[in-house]
Amino acid sequence: MSTTTSPPLSNRRRASRGWIALLGELLITAGVLLGLYVVWQLFYTDIQSARTQHAALEQLHFPETIQPPVVASASDGDVASDPNLIPEELKVYSPEGAPVLAEPAAPETFAALWVPRWGDGYIKPISEGTERRITLDALGIGHYTGTAMPGGVGNFAIAGHRTTYGKPFSDIDALQAGDALVVQTDAAWYVYRVTSSEIVLPFQVEVIAPVPGKPGTPATVASITLTSCHPRFSAAKRFIVHGELEYWAPSGHGYPQEVVTQP
Amino acid sequence: MMYPWLWRHLPGPAWARVTMLVLATAIVVLGLFEWVFPWVSQILPFQEQTVGA
Repeated sequence: MSTTTSPPLSNRRRASRGWIALLGELLITAGVLLGLYVVWQLFYTDIQSARTQHAALEQLHFPETIQPPVVASASDGDVASDPNLIPEELKVYSPEGAPVLAEPAAPETFAALWVPRWGDGYIKPISEGTERRITLDALGIGHYTGTAMPGGVGNFAIAGHRTTYGKPFSDIDALQAGDALVVQTDAAWYVYRVTSSEIVLPFQVEVIAPVPGKPGTPATVASITLTSCHPRFSAAKRFIVHGELEYWAPSGHGYPQEVVTQP
Repeated sequence: MMYPWLWRHLPGPAWARVTMLVLATAIVVLGLFEWVFPWVSQILPFQEQTVGA
């Protein structure tokens, strides 16, 4: 600070100049903090959550390893006889007899979701609860407490972030009718097929009713419902995807064909 | 005001002060990223993806 080049100031003017300088510094600091928050939200939460979601998958020890299976014959089309695949006679095309887990306490990870439409390597953990801090932000996909469990008659409803925090449902709008949604648990594989999608308002809880859209009606089929936010980077609406169980098969006999071939 | 004050009151030559300030900034950013921002984000309503009344 040179006092020789600036003209002498009265004490009052010097003091007011000091306050303005302080205000300027505070505003710049506030701007930097807001910028850092955006960087954290858009980039750092992905890194943090990818780490915890990977760790959650690692601690699941299911009969089939949670990795995309290598099926040698997948390219020439004859995959039915591959020993890595579930034989046709073990598939049950009905929820009858399906092993249904008891609902665990939040935020326990109890299943893995495979979605071939979202890429060969798309495998994410499913954990109990939809509380943001302990389940959705950290572990990714959360199961709505009180809705059906995988394979159960009713609606297996799950939620996930569309942007940030590892964004497990980033491409929810790319799902088409007929796409496979494969749920793996310790006891079984459950292969659901997408039936429809819709955009609703956040309070429309009927989408996760046992019969989607018809609260109070008793369910007769096993459904799945995915919910995420819509549009991206907004919480104005919800993007909803519904599906129905096509078949289930006990684990320990290979992978479903759906997870090794592209739809 | 506050930043010049900080600069004047740090001991040592310029390179040492710069090092200290870089370290302090890194600690502050880590604290923000790991604790403050996760807490703030729970209060802001931009990131909801569940349906509920």
